[in-house]
Amino acid sequence: MLTVKNLRKSFGTLVAVADVSFSIECGQLVGLLGPNGAGKTTTVSMLTGLIVPDRGEVMIGGHRLDGDIDPAKRRIGLVPQDLALYDELTARDNLRFFGALYGLSGAALDGAIQKALQLVELSDRERDRVRTFSGGMKRRLNLAAGLLHDPDILLLDEPTVGVDPQSRNAIFDNLETLKHRGKALLYTTHYMEEAERLADRIVVIDHGSVIADDTLAGLTNRVAVAGGGAATLESVFLSLTGRSLRD
Amino acid sequence: MTALLAMVRKDLQLFFSDRRAVIMSFLVPIAIASFFGSIFSGPGNNAEPAKINIAVIDRDGTDISRGIVSGLSGDRNLRVATPSEEAARAQVKNGKTSVAVVIPPGFGEASGRAFFGNASKPELELVYDPSRSVEFAMVRGILTEYVMQAVSREMFGGRQGRQYVDQVLPQIQSSSTMPDDQKRALILLLQSAQQLNGRTSPDNASRAPGITMPYSVKEAAMTSGDRVAYNGYAHSFAGMGIQFLLFAAANLGIEMLLERQRGMWKRLRSAPISRMLLLAGKTLSGTIIALMTLLVSFGFAMIVFKVRIAGSLAGFLAVSIACSLMAATFGLLVAALGRTPASARGVTTLAVLMMVMLGGAWVPTFIFPAWLQQLTLVVPARWAVDGLDAMTWRGIGLAGAIVPTLVQLGFAVAFLAVAMSRFRWEEV
Repeated sequence: MLTVKNLRKSFGTLVAVADVSFSIECGQLVGLLGPNGAGKTTTVSMLTGLIVPDRGEVMIGGHRLDGDIDPAKRRIGLVPQDLALYDELTARDNLRFFGALYGLSGAALDGAIQKALQLVELSDRERDRVRTFSGGMKRRLNLAAGLLHDPDILLLDEPTVGVDPQSRNAIFDNLETLKHRGKALLYTTHYMEEAERLADRIVVIDHGSVIADDTLAGLTNRVAVAGGGAATLESVFLSLTGRSLRD
Repeated sequence: MTALLAMVRKDLQLFFSDRRAVIMSFLVPIAIASFFGSIFSGPGNNAEPAKINIAVIDRDGTDISRGIVSGLSGDRNLRVATPSEEAARAQVKNGKTSVAVVIPPGFGEASGRAFFGNASKPELELVYDPSRSVEFAMVRGILTEYVMQAVSREMFGGRQGRQYVDQVLPQIQSSSTMPDDQKRALILLLQSAQQLNGRTSPDNASRAPGITMPYSVKEAAMTSGDRVAYNGYAHSFAGMGIQFLLFAAANLGIEMLLERQRGMWKRLRSAPISRMLLLAGKTLSGTIIALMTLLVSFGFAMIVFKVRIAGSLAGFLAVSIACSLMAATFGLLVAALGRTPASARGVTTLAVLMMVMLGGAWVPTFIFPAWLQQLTLVVPARWAVDGLDAMTWRGIGLAGAIVPTLVQLGFAVAFLAVAMSRFRWEEV
């Protein structure tokens, strides 16, 4: 469903992404891991057309993503790390706005809003202003806004930052549901246990390049652990990216 | 179109959800414009002009000095008090009196001598409040009129004038230094004055009134029509309306920077909509908000202060829409050039205040130096104020709206072009 080929992006002399390639199939959740400054966010930005790559291409269902108004962008949903919501509007008005950006209107928009709110369990708060929501509720609404137009691909940039275990668990359940509906999900996170729980495959990038792309089992098998026990994803991650501090 | 309408609706919802922004946009301009309008409305048809407080200290006590005091007291522009000199100086110092006129002893006699000959001129002391230089200049002009009137009246028929002629005529007749032709002419003049004095009593009220203004003034304020008084509220509401619609539009630009900071533009840019559509949405919502600000202000002025669109309604709307569009694109410029909301807010406030100040929204541009008046032609607010003035109290027809409208549309295109070229489209 989503194929990324040899993406490169630099800002002046800084090469943010040197060479990134991977793919995601329908019904698959791929975890995108990397230390701070590894190039994760820049990669996600290129996948959604927020920045134009210097080189390489993004294929959506075999179609090369090209330009701001490429209809293929309708097949992508973005859940940004920031809570990109209008606090002064109600949950429903936020979703009405974001749905309209994808051409939804009338009954189709109303139906999409209901479905999205049901999924994230916020139907009873649809008329409330977002500023009255807890951090976890805002995160769930942020997710709902990204999948309102029923995209085939959902890009989630650290969607659980700053939420309590209950809300995080609810978000995980939502993502499992979406995966079972056949959506292709790309999930960037710093939390290893989240990737361990959710990801069918894990892509590790560092210094702007993919340094590993495998299943959890495949990755853990790469690392030998003293005493013969099973390696964790965190130990694999540290083994691949080193222990030196990053930005 | 769905996306465009959604963007406009969302911005309007956000605008009305912020009570402070609504108050700033609607109530504050009305309050300030009402205040400025009450100050600069002018006297109207029947109203008395504001009087200038002056103090007069007559230490001379002659007919001339009494004539001056009497003349000043009767002037419609002055409110005259006659305190002691010490009290008068204190009043000027504490700002209660604009000017104190001190008529020194001997002024009447000396001024009479100086009136005809080369005698040294006596000094009138004017003690004034330096913060009221305009009032001081006006008092000096009025004082000149009454001094000339009092001195000339006294010298042509008054007691002092008679004594002076009787005293000076023999001296001239016996003068050996004065050229003969000049002596003859002066003797003739003084003898004529003596004859005139002989026909009237110095106490006769019907004697010559002295030198007076040789004309009267018929004042005709050039407004939208005959007998239509100037309504200063029309100008003040235009000026303040423009000031606050510029603030509202600038705020929209700052909101765009805040949206960027909050990651909102990532969501907007990830949607399949063009850059032009994104800016068009912002421009349209900015224009609507700015137009509402202006129309609500003028609506209030029409109901409460009887401001009328004496020119062309179509022209008024054209100027208003062009002005609102210019303001909205100014907001885009703020968003394009601003780095952070905080820095943009400071710079924008300064820019808006400069624009409206140079545009004549606070004080008329004619008081500026000539070079500055020329400079204001490149200030969009100047065209907006001129255009609205033309359509309201000046009562100029549709033709008067064309140039201000076109100039403002030109500014809007220029602002939009710069905003598009400088806008940071990439989101990381």
